[in-house]
Amino acid sequence: MAQSVLWVATRKGTFKVEKRGGRWQAALSGHAGTGVNYVAREPKTNRLWALLGHGHWGAKLSVSDDGGATWRDHTTQIKFPDGARYIGQDMFEDSTSDFGVGWKIVTRKATVQKLWVIGFGGDGAIWVGTIPGGLFVSRDGGASFELNRPLWNHESRGGDLFSGDGTGETKWFGTPASEGGEFAPGLHSICVNPRDPKHVLVAVSTAGVIETRDGGATWRPRNKGMSMDHHPDPNAEWGHDTHLIEQCAGAPEHVWQQNHAGVFYSDNGAESWRKVSAPDVGVHFGFPISADAHNGRSAWLVPGRGDNQRTAIDGGLFVARTDDGGASWRQLRQGLPQECAYDIVYRHALDNRDGLVAFGSTTGNLYISEDRGERWSAVSHNLPPVYAVRFG
Amino acid sequence: MVQVHLTRHLFAFFPQLEGRALEVEASDVAGVVRALEALAPGIGFYVCDERGRLRPHVNVFIGNSMVRDRRQLSDALAPGDTVSILQALSGG
Repeated sequence: MAQSVLWVATRKGTFKVEKRGGRWQAALSGHAGTGVNYVAREPKTNRLWALLGHGHWGAKLSVSDDGGATWRDHTTQIKFPDGARYIGQDMFEDSTSDFGVGWKIVTRKATVQKLWVIGFGGDGAIWVGTIPGGLFVSRDGGASFELNRPLWNHESRGGDLFSGDGTGETKWFGTPASEGGEFAPGLHSICVNPRDPKHVLVAVSTAGVIETRDGGATWRPRNKGMSMDHHPDPNAEWGHDTHLIEQCAGAPEHVWQQNHAGVFYSDNGAESWRKVSAPDVGVHFGFPISADAHNGRSAWLVPGRGDNQRTAIDGGLFVARTDDGGASWRQLRQGLPQECAYDIVYRHALDNRDGLVAFGSTTGNLYISEDRGERWSAVSHNLPPVYAVRFG
Repeated sequence: MVQVHLTRHLFAFFPQLEGRALEVEASDVAGVVRALEALAPGIGFYVCDERGRLRPHVNVFIGNSMVRDRRQLSDALAPGDTVSILQALSGG
């Protein structure tokens, strides 16, 4: 087996983590001072892709073809096509409101606020999710990227706004917690079925899980069995605040989901979901989830204390793992701080591969385990806020 | 011709422009961005979004005055003007 490398995307650059001299060590790979939302290796070409968010200069794709020694802006950048619009909400001063402000529905021109996630299909397709919630695909190795219009124009978000005003109603809420504080839903999860590259699951906050079985020509919601507590109808078809979905590579009918409203699991390819939260052991709220590549019933997550705090629970950091499809969860604390730890782990900042598990927090702590999470060691306590970790 | 002054931050991404006296032929700010794009492909998408609007945290000055039209970049230029493209500071 090749030596594992962990790629770490942070608010201030991309880091490469390797085991040298018996110790995992982090080193700056590139993008010093620049926000990096995600970094991953393209399996077919070994190219590294980093999704950058410059504070001043916008969202950029960056690539490396030499293992992260050098990086350059990709020759093609992702852009919304002319005429792409979406329905959002704008705040306005409202003296009749107790809060002094109101919200109005507006239709906005789309520009890329954030490149959030990249995924790779077995057919060589490269998929990228953005805020606002766009899905772009390249079928020529990245030479060009095209907005997936069937999803962008989906009836659930108001229909085709390229050619008219659509229905005027979106069921994709978006929250001001997203990039720029705008009400813009973001697409953060892309699961390409390893057995069928035309079968893709994506997830959007706050819309839910959406599936195509024809390579993106048609899309349908996959939210059956999910519930939410921020909607008058807990089981409504749309509006679910999925934080992340991950699919078991070796058994893709097993799909895991960390949601704002709990943890959900599907053993039928997201046809239906089952809530597998276990609040008694802290498993309910959080952002990341990582599915085992071989055993569909195994997954890891890093719980947080509810949506009103969003910190580690009671000052003790732990990872939870299930090996029985969520019927039971074990808290894995050995080697993790158990006093005055208030880290939160973002949705892409947990990953596993071949028994290795790693996660990084917004506090700049990076931990790795070589035994499926039983024991942890710190790689660094001083990284910039961690946005994503990916083995590759 | 107009003189163009760029924040040094942009030289990190477009080192070919560093140390050069940038003079371009342009009658408005949009023309400056087009001319820069010809000199350094990609720089236009650093300064503007895909709709051609100035990014929110970018300021452009003609002389010492900030441009008025951030959407179309239609502020007119006269020969000899100096255009500065700078990062906007939001305080802090």
